[in-house]
Amino acid sequence: MSCGYLGQPTVVNNVETLCKTTEIALHGGEQYFAMGTRQSTGTKILSVAGDCERPGVYEYEFGVRIAQVLEDCGARQAKAVQVSGAAGLCLSEREFGRRIAFEDVPTAGAFMVFSAERNMFEVARNFAHFFRHESCGFCTPCRVGTRLQSDIMDKIAARRATHYELNELIRLQGVMKSCSHCGLGQTAGNAVVETLQKFRPTYESYLAQTDFLPAFDLEQSLQAANEVCAHHPVQAGVDDD
Amino acid sequence: MTDLDTAEPDPQANPNSFSIDGRRIAFIPGQSILQAALNAGVFIPHLCYHPALQPHGSCKLCTVVVNGRNASACTLRAMPGLEVESDSPAVNERRRVLLQMLFVEGNHFCPGCEKSGNCELQALAYQLEMVSPHFRHAFPQRTVDASHPDVWLDLNRCILCAQCVRASRDLDGKQVFSLAGRGEQATLLVNSPSGKLGDSTLSIDDAAAHVCPVGAILPKRVGYARPIGQRQFDVQTIDQQTAYWQHKSIPIVPLAKQDPES
Repeated sequence: MSCGYLGQPTVVNNVETLCKTTEIALHGGEQYFAMGTRQSTGTKILSVAGDCERPGVYEYEFGVRIAQVLEDCGARQAKAVQVSGAAGLCLSEREFGRRIAFEDVPTAGAFMVFSAERNMFEVARNFAHFFRHESCGFCTPCRVGTRLQSDIMDKIAARRATHYELNELIRLQGVMKSCSHCGLGQTAGNAVVETLQKFRPTYESYLAQTDFLPAFDLEQSLQAANEVCAHHPVQAGVDDD
Repeated sequence: MTDLDTAEPDPQANPNSFSIDGRRIAFIPGQSILQAALNAGVFIPHLCYHPALQPHGSCKLCTVVVNGRNASACTLRAMPGLEVESDSPAVNERRRVLLQMLFVEGNHFCPGCEKSGNCELQALAYQLEMVSPHFRHAFPQRTVDASHPDVWLDLNRCILCAQCVRASRDLDGKQVFSLAGRGEQATLLVNSPSGKLGDSTLSIDDAAAHVCPVGAILPKRVGYARPIGQRQFDVQTIDQQTAYWQHKSIPIVPLAKQDPES
């Protein structure tokens, strides 16, 4: 979509907005204004999903604590909540006292619950693949950045990464955030960096105990050539150098 | 070329000005930050901007910090009183990363490229002191299209700046090129029945045949007529070439048209 109705600025409202305006029309602005916090008046509809007993659509006054939502949906062993989707905030257990509101944890509505047995590195890796796929390819930082980010996450998963790669992820996110053309690229590194900060031991459990490893396995890469030449793989080892 | 690209603001008649890195830049209302800066002799690195074309805003090399917020200098209008940060270590570091991203995304082998020395990607890498590609090379499988009698199309070097797309559409009135595909599959397409350049309406005299800032679209039979070492950016770094920014054309004469005596 490149222009609005008749070429004019146009508001496209969603169901949530239409419901709320109806409520305000029926009951008046005063009643709506009395709900929520001072900076975030009214209510917010949350789409709760993930590791909980009662997933579904919940409506809360703005200002509700994360812990309250978790209790209501029956998430007993939550270790993290991804708020507002893959591009949003990842909150760890110690942040469950925070509130859904524009001034604290803003959200478009998505509320993903992750229980204790979930691997938050794998969660973030999945998000990284998602953004690589979702990038439209228009601008350099998002088109290439999302790809480099997901490659690094795969390298970590393959246990070929070191602390160097963890720093690379943070550096990449900085460039994607500051230079990308739209919100997708600007937020495409959030989940990775947030989980890296909050669940660092999980990331570190994958790291190789060395300063640096290349992304490829030398012997594996040379296997075809070795077979053709009838070389023994051991002769290609880096130790021989 | 639009008037805004070359118009010289008169500081007496025109009180409009903003600052880049503390230096005062006069501008004409309607100019972008990049246009005003280049006219004032202040270089902001860029790859997808061309003075004769509408801005695209995709390479992001010209990203600057404007009153504390990031913005593309090629698409943001100059406004009185803006404070722009451009030539700072932090902003240039981001630009280096963007250049490295472009280098590893395609297959850029400068020593064997006819465009070497005349290439803006290479020139910016030198100017911004990019000493290595840093990231893992993608080594994509891309094609070379030699079907046109006068023009090479080597997609290995394409940086998706869309200058040829805009030049063909807006200057040549032809629409020979188009960008297609999403994300890492984004690619330059040729608008012809076979998808080959030889079947398109592109002519060697088209602006689109000469606008490429890298070596993706090159005239044939040039044969290193001008030796490497004596080319546009070999002589002087790109940030020093104020005259070049105004027209951005490097005359490349195919061997057949050159004077045999010279």
